Amino acid sequence: MSAMFSQNPVMNGPNYSFSDAPRTNNGEFREHRFNPYSDNGGSTLAIAGADFCIMAGDTRHTSGYSINSRMAPKVFRIGGSNSDQSDATIALSVCGFAADGNALRDQLDTVCKIYRYRHGKPMSVHACAKRLSTILYNKRFFPYYTHAMLGGIDEEGKGAVYSYDPVGSYEREQCRAGGAAASLIMPFLDSNVNFKNQYVPGSGVGHELKERERHPLSRPVVETIVKDAFDGAVERHIEVGDNLQMMVITKDGIEEIMLPLKKD
Amino acid sequence: MDHRPQAWGRPRDDVYGAYDHSFMNTNSHPNQHTQQPLVTGTSVLAVKYKDGVVIAADNLGSYGSFARFTDVKRLHTFQDTSVVGFSGDISDMQYITRHLHQKSIEESYASSSANKKSRLSAANLHTYLSKMLYRRRSKMDPLWNHMLVVGFDDDEKPFVGSADLLGTTFTAPTLATGIGSMLAQPLLRTYAGTDEEAAERTKEEAIKVIQECMKVLFYRDARSQETYSLAVVSREGVEMKTSEKLENMSWAFADRIKGYGTQTV
Repeated sequence: MSAMFSQNPVMNGPNYSFSDAPRTNNGEFREHRFNPYSDNGGSTLAIAGADFCIMAGDTRHTSGYSINSRMAPKVFRIGGSNSDQSDATIALSVCGFAADGNALRDQLDTVCKIYRYRHGKPMSVHACAKRLSTILYNKRFFPYYTHAMLGGIDEEGKGAVYSYDPVGSYEREQCRAGGAAASLIMPFLDSNVNFKNQYVPGSGVGHELKERERHPLSRPVVETIVKDAFDGAVERHIEVGDNLQMMVITKDGIEEIMLPLKKD
Repeated sequence: MDHRPQAWGRPRDDVYGAYDHSFMNTNSHPNQHTQQPLVTGTSVLAVKYKDGVVIAADNLGSYGSFARFTDVKRLHTFQDTSVVGFSGDISDMQYITRHLHQKSIEESYASSSANKKSRLSAANLHTYLSKMLYRRRSKMDPLWNHMLVVGFDDDEKPFVGSADLLGTTFTAPTLATGIGSMLAQPLLRTYAGTDEEAAERTKEEAIKVIQECMKVLFYRDARSQETYSLAVVSREGVEMKTSEKLENMSWAFADRIKGYGTQTV
């Protein structure tokens, strides 16, 4: 009760003789027990091709064992010139704490729109990627609790995927899985996109072994990999399911595909 | 007389000596923000139907397990186009509704009298409230509520949205807060699992499933009450009833329940 008045403390006058600030059992002040974070599950995946990039995510939104919504997309168009983002060229996917994800998306989108207004051209993925890193690092000591990924087409016309940690460390990659089922999907990608641990038969033993040559995958192959990855994740992770949202980014813009996943 | 409430009821200095102010050093203890809700409201339920939305919440304000206030209206109309249903802290609810009332006055000045339609749709209001909640959680000073915002979106389609103290938001054809998300949401999803299904349901069907769910909640939620508010939001406006009673309850199952509390047989 005294806290009600202590907002304007009477420094040299009478006040209550007790302090009822809550204390722990050790007699220390119990400070904020409010936890500002939660986990809303879901998983995301991004794969870059030779001249395209696919960003995908499921649309399930969870709290604990409860499904809040079966249609809560986590892949967003960024930096279009209008509110429906129809002319956007960059996609952002966010996974983890959904409220932070939305705040991050809004902030990055605003930055891209200001850039477009000031420079009369859309932001490149390279520039947008650096800016996203800065935005995340700005909240280094109260981070956006999300695994973000950015996808687009770079200046040479090649597909680009950038992946981030919650405090802004980032890297350009060929492919990346994020979120709840990242640990289930990433090994599958290592094998099917990066051909890890695959060697040319009969090329020798030990250091003589030749790795299977990597090459950019075609769009139908990538789409199949994405669908298979999510079908696998849905089977083994309870926070993943309902619908698969895929954004295919090409030089002609962004095409969005929505496919059903298991709803159990 | 000293008008400062801080001074009332204090031992008199001329009798007991001056007060030791080191006791009450206000700089030594942390700023206090809401760390737990005090008077709370339980679940809010909402479902879409083909021409609108139905929302309900009971009229109880609990103080822990004590049924403290039995006539608290937890559904609030905004500009006769949207309804906000609050669960969680009642005082934070009152703060928010006061704020919304102010907002609606400003809005009614801003919109011309020729165009009577509210500029703020329920979807806009949902975004506004979620930003407000997210800002407060980021200050580590949350508004301890989980609320449902119902009405219509900018495309004039029925809208049901949820926003909680962390700023988490989502929409779905049916929503329930609190223990209702465990007890009522499964029943509501059999009524309408998708937007397509919700678009086939009538107002009567929607009201019926809400009444059934309120009954289920009253059977099993220890922080619930028999009287509740029910609002129907349609394109014609908001139809608010604040003293509905649960009907056709049967407690015949109650004496067959065994194994709780002090009961030993």
